[in-house]
Amino acid sequence: MKAKKVVKDQKTNKKEKTENMTIKAPFELEKLSNDEYILNMGPQHPSTHGVLRIILKLDGEVVKDLYADVGYIHSSVEKMCENKKYEMIMPYTDRLDYLSAVNYNWAYALAVEKLMGITIPERAEYIRVMLAELNRIMSHLLWYSAYGMDVGALTPIMYAFREREEVIDMIEGMTGGRLTHNAFRFGGFKNDLQKGFMDSLKKFIGHFNDKIDEYEALLINNVILTARTKGVGILSKETAMSYGVTGPSLRGSDCAIDLRKTAPYSIYDKFDFKVCTGKNGDTWDRLKVRMDEMRESTKILKQAMEGIPAGDIMAKVPKIIKPAPGEVYTKVESARGEFGVYIISDGTDKPYRIKFRSPSFSNLSVLKEIAIGSKIADVVAIMGSLDLVIPEIDR
Amino acid sequence: MELIKELFYNSGKPLGELYTWAHGIWAGWGAPPFLLDLIFQIIIGVAVALVVVLNALWIIYYDRKLSALMQIRKGPNRVGPLGLLQTIADTVKLMIKEDINPKAIDVLSFWVAPLIIFVPTFAVFLVLPFGKGLIPADLNIGILYVIAITGLTVIGILAAGWGSNNKYSLIGGLRSAAQIVSYEIPMMLVILSVVLLSGSMKMSDIVAAQANYKWFVIPQIIGFIVFLIVGNAEINRAPFDLPEAESELVAGFNTEYSAMKFAFFYLAEYTNLFLTSAIGATLFLGGWEGPFLPPIVWFFIKTYFVVTILMWIRWTFPRIRVDHLMEFSWKYMLPIALLNLVITAIVIKLV
Repeated sequence: MKAKKVVKDQKTNKKEKTENMTIKAPFELEKLSNDEYILNMGPQHPSTHGVLRIILKLDGEVVKDLYADVGYIHSSVEKMCENKKYEMIMPYTDRLDYLSAVNYNWAYALAVEKLMGITIPERAEYIRVMLAELNRIMSHLLWYSAYGMDVGALTPIMYAFREREEVIDMIEGMTGGRLTHNAFRFGGFKNDLQKGFMDSLKKFIGHFNDKIDEYEALLINNVILTARTKGVGILSKETAMSYGVTGPSLRGSDCAIDLRKTAPYSIYDKFDFKVCTGKNGDTWDRLKVRMDEMRESTKILKQAMEGIPAGDIMAKVPKIIKPAPGEVYTKVESARGEFGVYIISDGTDKPYRIKFRSPSFSNLSVLKEIAIGSKIADVVAIMGSLDLVIPEIDR
Repeated sequence: MELIKELFYNSGKPLGELYTWAHGIWAGWGAPPFLLDLIFQIIIGVAVALVVVLNALWIIYYDRKLSALMQIRKGPNRVGPLGLLQTIADTVKLMIKEDINPKAIDVLSFWVAPLIIFVPTFAVFLVLPFGKGLIPADLNIGILYVIAITGLTVIGILAAGWGSNNKYSLIGGLRSAAQIVSYEIPMMLVILSVVLLSGSMKMSDIVAAQANYKWFVIPQIIGFIVFLIVGNAEINRAPFDLPEAESELVAGFNTEYSAMKFAFFYLAEYTNLFLTSAIGATLFLGGWEGPFLPPIVWFFIKTYFVVTILMWIRWTFPRIRVDHLMEFSWKYMLPIALLNLVITAIVIKLV
């Protein structure tokens, strides 16, 4: 008797599942006209850079409609954080965006420091800025290489990785990790400047600007690429703002919002740098903004290198992190846009609730607005120009 | 030794002597002469096949080494000295891999497609002049034969795209059909200009017309450039690799192919690269003609010179978009090739 019931339950469950799926499907097959067809781009696809599924409704090569299906690698980071002590959450923020982990560490560290009212020694702030800017350069270099692959140029990746390797070696020398470093501490930084870091940084700054020119000559200013990206995937300022697009993707649409400038955190107000913007908001502008940003980051690095003071690298922080009850939201400008951390503390050593505001999620949501009406190849080019990192979208 | 020297340096005369000598003996035995012809043809066929396969092995290795040079890498260097055996290792791997046939395929076109693509590339080797008289079959319509046979490739790619029953493959196949058909026309116009200059479609005559270093690349410099671009598009290599655009269509028309069937596509791609370069070298760079070295060496040097240019293009540029591709062919390549043809004709008439 019992066994039969279980079988029946399973059957009904299955039925419910299929019903749910039909409701969730973004396009109904019956409604397709004779010329249209559905193409699944992903979850396993070379240019989705991870496990992202884009469902395209196509007419020949032209995209009629699209739907981004996210959540394939959802790992419930936010929920897991509720069961961890504050110190133990830091590594999770690394893994949200493994390409610019420093910025994500920073946003979380800022939030806890704000909750506890810790002020950070200036030397530690300088170290943080230097690492964050190096990390931004590293992330943009990886984006550049991946973008080259997206548009079918197989050589730029090797040139960009040459410099990226230098940057990673520097970061590794400082923190011990190459991608996920877990190097921030509440109240400062894990360690002081390591031997040889300043020398290699000086060397890097010395030649990096020339290399950026080389990258631009190789890919960004290429005739074929400009023909493919100029006037394609135009994102207007209004659309971008209404979707919450941030970072270089927003700045490409002639909107000079950079949290380092508009809502300065840490010591960014001490540095002289420009917020790079594009004019038309098309794909090419977004590419150009990222290239320019690397130059600006180099500028910041140079100033930080010259201006770093002597002193402590850690503030006085209690051994057990127990923030007072309350809530806090902090945000930093990551390589992809505004990364925010929202923490509700209930006075214990574990957060009551954590919410991460990830830039890639909002940036992906705008894809539908700008990619419809373009070609399959354009979808790839546009998606690449938004610089998505999937673990950060799915969290 | 003497025979080989004669064969390489002079005409195909020794080959002819060998042929008559063998025929004499054959007749002495009282066997029908057509059987001997058959044997000769089989020997030539096997020789051509060997050249195709060995050359493909080398050209793949060369591509990987050259791309490594351009990309500040080392390239294959593990299997054998300098990684020379890498391609053989890859081939063996492909041969012992499982041959996966998806359920929903159209069996006939799925199976026949690799053959349709591969066989014409073999067949074109028949009219390549490797040296003075060293040409398997010197047809009097040699270059026309090349155009006709290479045109078959598109059927194979379409069959692969359709037979795979995969949307990516189908898009790749259709793209390829559009691409090859529209680039064939400027290609033919360029070749026609050369034929006007040489006055013959016979491959050996075209080479002979360029004797004494009057290579057609000088009067036909525009034609040569157009030929390089269009030839690159014909063989589906970057920046015109739309049919198998990796970042868009996964692998295009060969998405569903595995093991040896995939190897056929791969082999055909590189053999086509060699073929296009060889034809370019024959039409524009004087074929096997050159000082000091044997003609066959010159033939390969010139061919690999063109191969290097094509590879250089491939590893430098991003992929062109499908509508730009069509525009480029119909709006730029076709008028330029046509103008080139008209100017060539007028100049020939006047001079």
